[in-house]
Amino acid sequence: MKLKKILPQILTLLFIILVFGFFTMNAQENMGARGLEFGFGFLKTQASFDIQFSLIDYDGSHTYARAYLVGLLNTLLVAFIGIILATLLGAIVGVARLSPNYLIRKTASFYIEFFRNIPLLLQIFFWYFAALRALPMLEDAPMLLNSSFMTIKGLYAPAPIWINFDVFFTTIVIAMITIFFFARYAKKKQEQEGKRLPVLMISLIIFITLPLLTFLIGGVDLSWSFPVIRQMSQSSYTFDGGLKIPPELIALTLALTLYTATFIAENVRAGIQGIGKGQKEAAASIGLTPSQVLKLVIMPQALRIIIPPTTNQYLNLTKNSSLAAAIAYPDLVLVFAGTAMMQTGRAIEIVGITMATYLTISLGISLLMNWYNKRIAIQEK
Amino acid sequence: MFKYVKQLTSLVAMVAVLFAFTTETMAAKKSKTLKNTMKKGFVRCGVSQGLPGFSNADAAGNWTGVDVDVCRAVAAAVLGDANKVKFTPLSAKERFTALTSGEIDILSRNTTWTLSRDADLGVTFVGVNFYDGQGFMVRKDSGITSTSQFKNGISACTNIGTTTELNMRDFFNSKGISYEPVAFEKADEVVAAYDSGRCDTYTTDKSGLAAQRTKMTNPDDHLVLPETISKEPLGPVVRQGDAVWEDIVRWSLNVMIEAEEYGISSSNADAMKVSENPAVKRLVGTEGELGSYLGLDQDWSLRIIKQVGNYGESYKRNIADTGILPDRGPNNIWTKGGLLYTPPAR
Repeated sequence: MKLKKILPQILTLLFIILVFGFFTMNAQENMGARGLEFGFGFLKTQASFDIQFSLIDYDGSHTYARAYLVGLLNTLLVAFIGIILATLLGAIVGVARLSPNYLIRKTASFYIEFFRNIPLLLQIFFWYFAALRALPMLEDAPMLLNSSFMTIKGLYAPAPIWINFDVFFTTIVIAMITIFFFARYAKKKQEQEGKRLPVLMISLIIFITLPLLTFLIGGVDLSWSFPVIRQMSQSSYTFDGGLKIPPELIALTLALTLYTATFIAENVRAGIQGIGKGQKEAAASIGLTPSQVLKLVIMPQALRIIIPPTTNQYLNLTKNSSLAAAIAYPDLVLVFAGTAMMQTGRAIEIVGITMATYLTISLGISLLMNWYNKRIAIQEK
Repeated sequence: MFKYVKQLTSLVAMVAVLFAFTTETMAAKKSKTLKNTMKKGFVRCGVSQGLPGFSNADAAGNWTGVDVDVCRAVAAAVLGDANKVKFTPLSAKERFTALTSGEIDILSRNTTWTLSRDADLGVTFVGVNFYDGQGFMVRKDSGITSTSQFKNGISACTNIGTTTELNMRDFFNSKGISYEPVAFEKADEVVAAYDSGRCDTYTTDKSGLAAQRTKMTNPDDHLVLPETISKEPLGPVVRQGDAVWEDIVRWSLNVMIEAEEYGISSSNADAMKVSENPAVKRLVGTEGELGSYLGLDQDWSLRIIKQVGNYGESYKRNIADTGILPDRGPNNIWTKGGLLYTPPAR
């Protein structure tokens, strides 16, 4: 009886091991036959290619490992910005879809149906090449906000130049911790004494004044480096100074956000509609204001429905960011599984590392979201 | 029980027979690739995703180009029909993996011969069918006529996965110019981005620049600068470890070049059979037994010349007449001041 239960498991396990073993052996044999060696030593050699956009200090004299890091950070950057923007847009559109206003409701559903039914790669191309065609050349670009330029070569904005940035940063962290404990204190006070403190007001004051104080007494100073146009030839220009955001990043973020937000909007709508009408009516009947109803009754319950499918969308967005290679945004796939793989010929190693990296990022996001989901789940008392 | 033993013995016998058979033919030909090609009935050839003059498909799916002609020559030599080729379009990134994994048998895709590729990737370069060098294209209205006019901050569009990225860095570093590399996965996107004004210059092999210029909205608005910043000998590549196949591809290419040297073309090949010159007679198959050394028949080289033509014909048809590079420059026979010089077919 016991054997009957265990035997299929053992056989399955054996089968999996055999299959993996077969592929590993096959790969080794084939690589051996072609004089290829398996190993990660290449990561320490000089990359000798440059990367257009990097969050850390990099040029071709750095190693392949450093190039990997550049690609990874670029992927994380676009995923991070994309997730935040898609969540904001998705939440707004999701609520708008349930709006009593006909025009708002229909606009929201038109947006969703339009953007979620067109392949993402096509949208990326559209935004990139449409943007490139529509944006002005550098010399014709109008000045925005008296400081920035949106051009075909990207967005040029003033770059902050900090003195004693670490002091400023530490103060912000301290301010955030203070606000956290203050909010806990305020909640406790409300529960015990029924007295409500103006939490938002006080938090804002702490968050603004504390860092500002560092300018007066902490020796922190901030100045701006403005982009200045310079002529390179009769018809081409460039900007010196300032901060440059490449059009590839902008197009990719835009496409990923607009695409993923449609799915998140549907999740939000499903979440809100999943809450019984009675909840809303009951909350209203005990005298809560409409915004309190949403904040205290509807949303806490709706979030339980919204979070799990939205986690999927976060994972999708992160993985979809690998389409960046098509429009020259130097993400992990373009830099590492593209150029680096080509230059070293280490296909198996590099694809392996890239897969493991995406797996780690995805599992990390899942872990975070599962933790949050557990936190907001119904706690049986 | 006995039944099983009987079955097992017959199985073993069958395997043994099969094994004996294969080892026998292996000894005769020693080339798995040649055997597979003959069995399949077509040559598996990896080409570019569309580079006019080198490998480009028309609307009907017919491939033309000097790189394509190398594969067609091999098909004519091995299978007797230059049309028996299956073309696989590959990106720069995919090409070597496709070859080493056995998806294709010849990689004829404007691929630069370098030491690291030859030694480290498990592939072998068999020759050079185009002498190229990396150059720059700029817009004419920029007034730039030489790379010495490049200034700091220039943005350069190119492809990933090529020697171009490395040469570009070497070039700009040696000149002390800061630049912005914008590297795309596919050539079509590079052209589109450069054409729209995203980049100030487009850099790749000069032949590629000349070919891609024809794809621009207004080809006359663009100019290929005279400087060449690297050596780019382009040639066909095969997998390492099959010396017979390697020889077949190498000598199919050499036959095309040598045929031009001796003035044998697709139109006069049959007439040349009665030539007095032994070198000519060897190429048209009326003297010597060159084919048998490669495991091929006597007319292998004659078929290449008749069906595909000599190198000059291929160049004229694909590169000169299409307006890409009318001037042959280094890609002329050595007797006419070019670099094309092959070991003698004898």
